[in-house]
Amino acid sequence: MSSDERQHAQPPPAAGRPGLGRPGAVRVLWIVFIAVLALTVAAELVVHLHPRFRLERWFAFNAAWGFLSCVAMVLFANLLGVFLRRPDDYYSRRPETPDDGERRGD
Amino acid sequence: MIELAFPPAFILIFGALLIAVARPALRPVIVLLVPLATLWAIWRLPDGVLLTTQFLGYPIELVESGKLRRLFATAFTVMAFAGGLFGLKQARWTELSAAYAYAAGAVGVSFAGDLITMFLFWEFMALFSTLVVWCGGTDAARRAGVRYAIMHLVGGVILKIGIEGVMIHTGSIDIRPLDLDTFDAWVVLAGVLVNAAAPPVSQWLSDAYPEASPTGTVFLSAFTTKTAVLALILLFPGAEVLVWIGLYMVFYGITYALLENDMRRILAYSIVNQVGFMVCGIGIGTQMALNGAAAHAFVHIIYKALLLMSAGAVMYQTGRRKCTDLGGLYHSMPLTMTCGMIGALSISAFPLTSGFVTKSLISEAAGQQGLEVVWMLLTAASAGVFLHAGIKFPWFVFFHRDSGLRPPDPPWNMRAAMLLFAAACILLGCFPGLLYPLLPFPVDYVPYTASHVVTQLQLLLFAGLAFFVMLSQMERMLTVTLDFDWFYRVLLVRVAVVVERAWHRLIARLRDLRRDLGAVLGPRFEDWFLPQGRLAQTWPTGSMTLWVTVILVLLVVLAQRDTLP
Repeated sequence: MSSDERQHAQPPPAAGRPGLGRPGAVRVLWIVFIAVLALTVAAELVVHLHPRFRLERWFAFNAAWGFLSCVAMVLFANLLGVFLRRPDDYYSRRPETPDDGERRGD
Repeated sequence: MIELAFPPAFILIFGALLIAVARPALRPVIVLLVPLATLWAIWRLPDGVLLTTQFLGYPIELVESGKLRRLFATAFTVMAFAGGLFGLKQARWTELSAAYAYAAGAVGVSFAGDLITMFLFWEFMALFSTLVVWCGGTDAARRAGVRYAIMHLVGGVILKIGIEGVMIHTGSIDIRPLDLDTFDAWVVLAGVLVNAAAPPVSQWLSDAYPEASPTGTVFLSAFTTKTAVLALILLFPGAEVLVWIGLYMVFYGITYALLENDMRRILAYSIVNQVGFMVCGIGIGTQMALNGAAAHAFVHIIYKALLLMSAGAVMYQTGRRKCTDLGGLYHSMPLTMTCGMIGALSISAFPLTSGFVTKSLISEAAGQQGLEVVWMLLTAASAGVFLHAGIKFPWFVFFHRDSGLRPPDPPWNMRAAMLLFAAACILLGCFPGLLYPLLPFPVDYVPYTASHVVTQLQLLLFAGLAFFVMLSQMERMLTVTLDFDWFYRVLLVRVAVVVERAWHRLIARLRDLRRDLGAVLGPRFEDWFLPQGRLAQTWPTGSMTLWVTVILVLLVVLAQRDTLP
């Protein structure tokens, strides 16, 4: 891959930008998305839920749990990434098979 | 009624051989007909032990049928058909032949009535899945295949040790639930768990599968881990340790997939994640949980293959597999994108897709048993699945920043295979009643209640919100993430290098020592041993007689020493 291609693929985009052409489209999508989110929470007022556990009885528990657990997972993954991430040719640039070892030994 | 119970696995093996030797024009026909014939054979088998023979004095049950076994065998065969269709014109014939033999192994394990038969087909799978990895054709595939083979041969040896222990200590080789109160049972469990990609060796999956060809990865995703799930259901239902192993796998898959850049590796990690759900369900062990694990395995095979087909189609058309190189493909690959999205929604358990029905069975079982922590973690994990597989994969491949690539949708057979499985995902999601009669236990569960749909939508859509809010945190990077394999791919090599250097140093030292000793002792040795040396001279007979007498006296004295006072 050439370096300009890589540059093309890498720069961080504006949050939520789907590349759907017009910049206005993103805004509309966000508004629709937030409206749907609000709707699912509002539905809880109408629909009778069947909570089994204590926490489940809280209003909009599933929304909060979904959001917070995902944020936590992303943060945890990134924390782990600080220690475990390596350049993507990490394994290919070092010998790993026995015959490499033998060749080097000679 | 004694019918000829022909092992369905043999049809696939025969098909694999036929593919290899047939004329090229006939091969596509064979590829498509063989799984259909196998499917027919599977559904003709009545329940119970159907084919027995003797081996080393043990009764071998080559074919034992039942609802659970039929369910898995059906999934494997349907998978072989769709995989064959997907690779019909693109995959090499050696690859399809190996893949069908691999599928035969999986079907063979499904119907194995005893541990010996199970083990034989188990190894058969290891053998041919390695070939499928190698068919990736690259140097990376060759290396990954070697690591994969070593892992599975080691796993096979562990399993064999366990099976032999069970055989010796119980005298029975029947496949039946084993209590985890003997060493043998633990070893069998360990052997099976290697194939389930359980910790600490989960990484063999994401290491090997993405190196195969587009078709190869589709095949690989289905068989090895799901036969392990079947074996766990048959051998260790309700073993509590599996709950925690399963939960670990679930979160391991999510965490590593979030850090990953290679689209097929993201999907490979999500296999570990999904198998984690099944393993957890097996650990819960109630009828509903086991139903859930089996049903989830069935639909997982379908939607995971669908996801990997769409990733494979992208790779086939663009030659790229890293998220950093992809994006914006929805412009020119609408069908691949749609099918990929259906797979992504299914794996996320969105209402109206297959995953919604089956994953709910598992978490509902946890809820019914009052396992609050397990239920909370499974719910969080469901949200996490949407995060890493449901959005991350389609988002970075088909949307996000435009890569400028405009490849068309793949050839017709690839499209047909994707459409087939996409339809299956929707069909099973809308009509779960189609799946229920196939499950091992009676089902008394209604997934589509208003309450369930609302809570699930909340959970998933807010997980989606988290994705877009945290998008800057999820930026794609050209990285790999270290895993347990670092120990044998890097640390072991470093240790070997150190040992090798130390050895060479030791050899050099010894060589020096010999030279130095030679310099000091050489002249003395010459005095004694060379032709003119002392030991080479002729000696007087008298002196020899004298010494023989001395030795004789010594021997006599020593021989009599016990009788001396």
